[in-house]
Amino acid sequence: MSGPMRLADGGLIDRSRAVSFVFDGKSYQGYAGDSLASALLANGVVLFGRSFKYHRPRGVMAAGIEEPSALVQAGSGGRYEPNSRATDVFIYDGLQSQSQNRWPSLGFDLGGLNSLISPFIPAGFYYKTFFGGPKLWLLYEQLIRQMAGLGMPPTKADADIYEHRAAFCDVLVVGSGPAGLAAALSASAAGSRVILAEQDERLGGSLLTDPATIDGLSSDQWIAKARESLIASGGRILTRTTAAGYYDHDLVNLVERLTEPGQTPGADGLAQRLWRVRAGKVILATGAFERPRLFEGNDLPGVMLSGAVRTYLRRYGVRAGSRAVITTDNDDAYRTALALADAGSSIAAILDSRPADGVHSPLVQKAMAQLPVYFGAKLIAAKGSAKGLKGASALIDGKVTALDCDLIAVSGGFSPVVHLHMQAGGTLAWDELSGSFSPDQTRQNQTTVGAAAGVDGLSATLLNGWTKASSKAKAKAAPTCASDDDVALNIIADWEPAPQASLKKAFVDYQNDVTAADLDLAWREGYRSVEHLKRYTTLGMATDQGKTSNLVGLARLAKSEGRPVPSVGLTTFRPPYTPVTLGVLAAEATGAHLDPRRRPVLYQTHAAEQPIWQPVGYWHRPRAYPMGTENLHQAAHRESLTVRTKVGVTDVSTLGKFDVSGPDAAIFLELICATTVGKLAVGRGRYTIMLREDGMVMDDGTVWRTQENRFLLTSSTGGADRMAAHLSYVRKVIAPHLKVAVANVQEHWAAVAVAGPLAKDVVASVLPQMAVPRHMSLDVGDLAGVPTLTLAASYSGERAFEIYAPSDQIEPVWAAIAKAARDIGGCLYGLEALEILRIEKGHIVVGGEIDGRASPHDLGLSKMLRPAGGYIGHTALQRPAFAEPGRLQMVGFEAVDGAAIPEGSMVLTAPKTLPVGHVTAAGLNVIKGGSIALGFLRDGFSRTGEGLIAWSPTRNQTAKVKVTAPVFYDVAGVQYRD
Amino acid sequence: MLLIACPNCGPRAQAEFTFERPLASIVTPTETLPDLIHKLFTRDNPRGPSWELWRHTYGCAGWLKVHRDTHSHQISAVVPVDMETPS
Amino acid sequence: MQRYSALSLLRGGLNGQKSWQRAWRDPAPKSHYDVIVIGGGGHGLATAYYLAKVHGIRNVAVLERGWIGGGNTGRNTTIVRSNYRQPALHNLFEFSLKLWEGMSDDLNYNVMFSQRGAMFLGHSDSDMIRLAERGDAMRAAGIDAEFMTMDQLRKKLPLLDLSDKARYPIVGALNQPRGGTARHDAVAWGYARAADALGVDVIQNCEVLGMDMVGGRVTGVQTTRGPIGADRVGICVAGNSGQVAAMADLRLPIESHLLQAFVSEPVKPMIDMVIMSQSIHAYVSQSDKGEIVMGGDPDLYPTYSQRGRPDRIEGVAGQCIALFPALSRLRMLRSWAGTTDMSFDGSPIIGTTPVEGLYLNGGWCYGGFKATPASGWTYAHTLAKGEPHALNAPFSLDRFETGATIDETGAGPMPHHR
Repeated sequence: MSGPMRLADGGLIDRSRAVSFVFDGKSYQGYAGDSLASALLANGVVLFGRSFKYHRPRGVMAAGIEEPSALVQAGSGGRYEPNSRATDVFIYDGLQSQSQNRWPSLGFDLGGLNSLISPFIPAGFYYKTFFGGPKLWLLYEQLIRQMAGLGMPPTKADADIYEHRAAFCDVLVVGSGPAGLAAALSASAAGSRVILAEQDERLGGSLLTDPATIDGLSSDQWIAKARESLIASGGRILTRTTAAGYYDHDLVNLVERLTEPGQTPGADGLAQRLWRVRAGKVILATGAFERPRLFEGNDLPGVMLSGAVRTYLRRYGVRAGSRAVITTDNDDAYRTALALADAGSSIAAILDSRPADGVHSPLVQKAMAQLPVYFGAKLIAAKGSAKGLKGASALIDGKVTALDCDLIAVSGGFSPVVHLHMQAGGTLAWDELSGSFSPDQTRQNQTTVGAAAGVDGLSATLLNGWTKASSKAKAKAAPTCASDDDVALNIIADWEPAPQASLKKAFVDYQNDVTAADLDLAWREGYRSVEHLKRYTTLGMATDQGKTSNLVGLARLAKSEGRPVPSVGLTTFRPPYTPVTLGVLAAEATGAHLDPRRRPVLYQTHAAEQPIWQPVGYWHRPRAYPMGTENLHQAAHRESLTVRTKVGVTDVSTLGKFDVSGPDAAIFLELICATTVGKLAVGRGRYTIMLREDGMVMDDGTVWRTQENRFLLTSSTGGADRMAAHLSYVRKVIAPHLKVAVANVQEHWAAVAVAGPLAKDVVASVLPQMAVPRHMSLDVGDLAGVPTLTLAASYSGERAFEIYAPSDQIEPVWAAIAKAARDIGGCLYGLEALEILRIEKGHIVVGGEIDGRASPHDLGLSKMLRPAGGYIGHTALQRPAFAEPGRLQMVGFEAVDGAAIPEGSMVLTAPKTLPVGHVTAAGLNVIKGGSIALGFLRDGFSRTGEGLIAWSPTRNQTAKVKVTAPVFYDVAGVQYRD
Repeated sequence: MLLIACPNCGPRAQAEFTFERPLASIVTPTETLPDLIHKLFTRDNPRGPSWELWRHTYGCAGWLKVHRDTHSHQISAVVPVDMETPS
Repeated sequence: MQRYSALSLLRGGLNGQKSWQRAWRDPAPKSHYDVIVIGGGGHGLATAYYLAKVHGIRNVAVLERGWIGGGNTGRNTTIVRSNYRQPALHNLFEFSLKLWEGMSDDLNYNVMFSQRGAMFLGHSDSDMIRLAERGDAMRAAGIDAEFMTMDQLRKKLPLLDLSDKARYPIVGALNQPRGGTARHDAVAWGYARAADALGVDVIQNCEVLGMDMVGGRVTGVQTTRGPIGADRVGICVAGNSGQVAAMADLRLPIESHLLQAFVSEPVKPMIDMVIMSQSIHAYVSQSDKGEIVMGGDPDLYPTYSQRGRPDRIEGVAGQCIALFPALSRLRMLRSWAGTTDMSFDGSPIIGTTPVEGLYLNGGWCYGGFKATPASGWTYAHTLAKGEPHALNAPFSLDRFETGATIDETGAGPMPHHR
């Protein structure tokens, strides 16, 4: 027997399997099938946690996911998890759990002092004090932050893994109580593919608390048979699986928990799985939550929801108290009273707020015959402490009466669980008598059945689930239960506390310590919209998401307003239905797998050279190839100097490449390119720019006429994906009439660039049978059996070539070229040297000068533009602002005082003035030495020679600069020609 | 997440698609400046049904005209871009 | 107005909270106002407050369709910062930041403006150059910005993944120490209470159904509570600007999109600053209550639904875990979605319209919350004087026509590219 409160037999626990676990440093024993809450209750533990604000002692309120109070932290290291509901953790051997939000201990919590000053810290008190400026607030806030929060934060990376899985079905049934099971059976019988999701570890729902006889079988047998039948017909049953979100077009996210908090997963290492289920139809059989009631001390350990008391008794074989008071507004709590009495507890009183003159159901009559039942009676106050209850006072026959008890079972009626229905865009209908909202209209292909639909009684529930699941279902074939099991609720909702109860200790939101008095105060202060009330008092914003408190709070607001509940409105229901671990949301897409990593085809070849890598978009490309002890800058300088004086080889395979062919290819390209394309001779190429529709420069590249009706267009690496989409858009949407085909050949072709005064020699040596093409000409060749295309184009400013070959055959091409270059004193060069060389030549790059704000005019490219227009961006470029004075225009800067020009720095005319420009990129003049830069300057084209300051206050760097044209090397442009 | 019935591929999750623009905002290079400003830089931005251009980027890569309600998200038609927009 | 103070709390505690007055009245609409502000969000309420306080125009109504602060004021990640690169933007947001610094005392309502620091992470050398450019531009304009070293980062944010194994390794960060967060709802309530005290009518549950126009001039509005006349009408309904402007036959450079965010369950302090990363597309902070507040990219298509795509949230969760691996075992508690006014350069619109008497404040994209006080201040100026303040002059409605756009990211005109 595991603990003093455990019954000798009964329940759905496996008494043959003892489980040991730890709570707050003490070892306990429970049984397989126990929740942490049931196992602790069995051991006589009543104090589970402390509330958020006043640190009041709290026990267990519920038996399921709606639990507001009994929060624990579990596990350790990479499996540590705070804020778990003890009612929603199934124990396992070795479970380590602790109470939280208390110091130094759960029994003696200094935070409880807050309770003493509670009159001075009512709802929203923090909006009314802590004035004196942000610095002072920061001090107050530091204390508040330490006091706030619940569990301790995790500090380690997750030890386990998570996955996503997509699934499709005809019918998704959420919830496996009697309504859900009947629905799943019905849908399955009608030939539908069914997925049944149950958040508990076993099927059955309310049948686990209230066993019944269904179709002549015990409910346990009936559930087992239903399971077999569903599986046999191809259905999928997911237990410990919560429907967390209902999204557009009948997409439901299910979270399957394969481990309990802190538990080590199986061999696959999987802790949880997210199912994205796209369903033909969704049946929500999510049941109902029992509501608490307002009385003084309604939050004390020992006050529990009536249904939870019965669940602990029946499912877990645990008696939550030996002398109980029941307070109710419905018949269901009588089942609890009778069950407790059967289990040997005494019943001090059943306080039924309904009038005495009603017609009593057989259940109530049965209780009246053996137990003290008082109609029109209410609880005033529970009395007790962290150690448990010490009696209560009640209003019975108009008199204040003391009651002796150690357990109060509360039932304030039931609220259908409409969360998913509302997430799916449904509407609600209000029933005044039972005080509940239930689903009304639906927007998606979903329906709600059973208690979640406000259906009352087991036989009606079974019938409802069966018939609503399928249009083919015949009522006659529905499962039926024994008439004894058919208990109606007969709720007469009564929200009003006894007049003698102090509302300052009558809690509505338990975890956040929101009392009825707080709600009344907020209303008096004008926070009268339900959303204002919620946000001002924090009602319903705790980790239980208001599951037990929302309607009690709404009813309180309605009373203040003097209006019916539905007219004060509801707060919005949004995913998740219950809190969902971030890890399972992310699954594999985090850490190193956050984004794809693209590796150029020559990645391994480069890796052998041990380069410094540089991320460019998703790509990783060599930034420099240091030799010996060289650092990045030394290596890059050597590499660029080698290009300027001898020859360098670099990998340009990642450039955007597009094959454009067809009779209208030139016309198409003249839509894309702002430069002239049509007049290009076959075998020749040109530099080009592409504009956005708003006239700004989007990218640059080259365009080559390989045949009369065939072109190769290149663009930047970083902009290649965008360019691909742009070309497709223009081709298919803007110019569908053109006879042209556009193929993205970015990864089909790899390319090696050779640049430098000796580049021609390298090309001649590796492609001896091909005449070396002139600048901006192309030719095809054959290199060791590999077909190549050689483009003579220069980015570095030297005579240069790009040699293209099919990606899968680039290896020997690269090897031959690299060897040929090295043989004559050349070297490999990376992106850093490329950057230095392009700055010297004033070539623009995406992300640098092509910043999305620069027009071609701003970049000094006006002369390139096709005068006739007709290209994308031309029209928008006619807007007046592009021609107005004060534009930021691209210039060069040269350091005049020997200091390095800081990249990204502001350009000023004098200290302490506002910037007139900025530096986009800076480097060293390779041959002459000295710092040079590119950047933008207001009206910069007309300011050549002006002395300015480049200032970087964040790095405490300054350089005196002179404005120059944006070209520092070979201004005449002779080096790259023959 | 929407389910969009691609005429080439069948119903697929929105994650495979990208929204491009309302059909009314498609501009050609021959457009006059006032027309371009009107179409590109102002929008009806309806709360309700709207004809939009989407692309099945991570599927067939085709461009699609989608008739979609911007509030209910109901999709009443999806046609390839080269087909006439149903009235 | 009843003064709030520690003393007032003491008094309330001693008299059973009987001494508290209504924070703002619930007035019936008058037949005519000098100025009507459509939209009772933070911006609209701030506008009314500054109209009354700075310009002495007190015959003002704020018309709110639902409950004040119920739009994007109540659906954001509460980040306040002025760390923008473009001068027009950092000037506006810095003016805003200065107003934030005095707001709690000015309004006598604690908006919990917490200057814990807001920083952008750098993940590569080129990131660091762009951050330097941003920081230098800010510093040149007198705005605080400073780089944090890896050691400082390690000390300040011990749970941040600073390893070089990360997909986007962190190499540095640009911090704005004066940046931080504020309590979003309190901003709406604080402005409403202070405006009300100056005579402004804050009218909730009053939806504007149409505009009354005489000879091309706005003379008032039709509402669910009847017609209300006005000399000037200011639209201030970001998310729905196009809908309201259409009542005056105006077509705007705005498209309505959706941005989601979510919080975790509360835990004791673990993240002490606002962390943003443009490479990772996520931002993270921890509220005073202990909840981790997370957001990322928008949903990238036009919608008024306020229902987000789940895959977006899933992506942001992965991004935040990549930054702070220890977040993996926390649980998402609540998520929400706001309808954002996406303008065609990513910057707001505050100013006059072609319709006489009608003014527009909108197009805030994802950045409106932090601008609340400056937006109100400059809009009040514009409504009072009939012409913009120097700070909002660049944010004119006609800038798309002229080409004088203010594009912080350089992403161009398509809202879904930002």
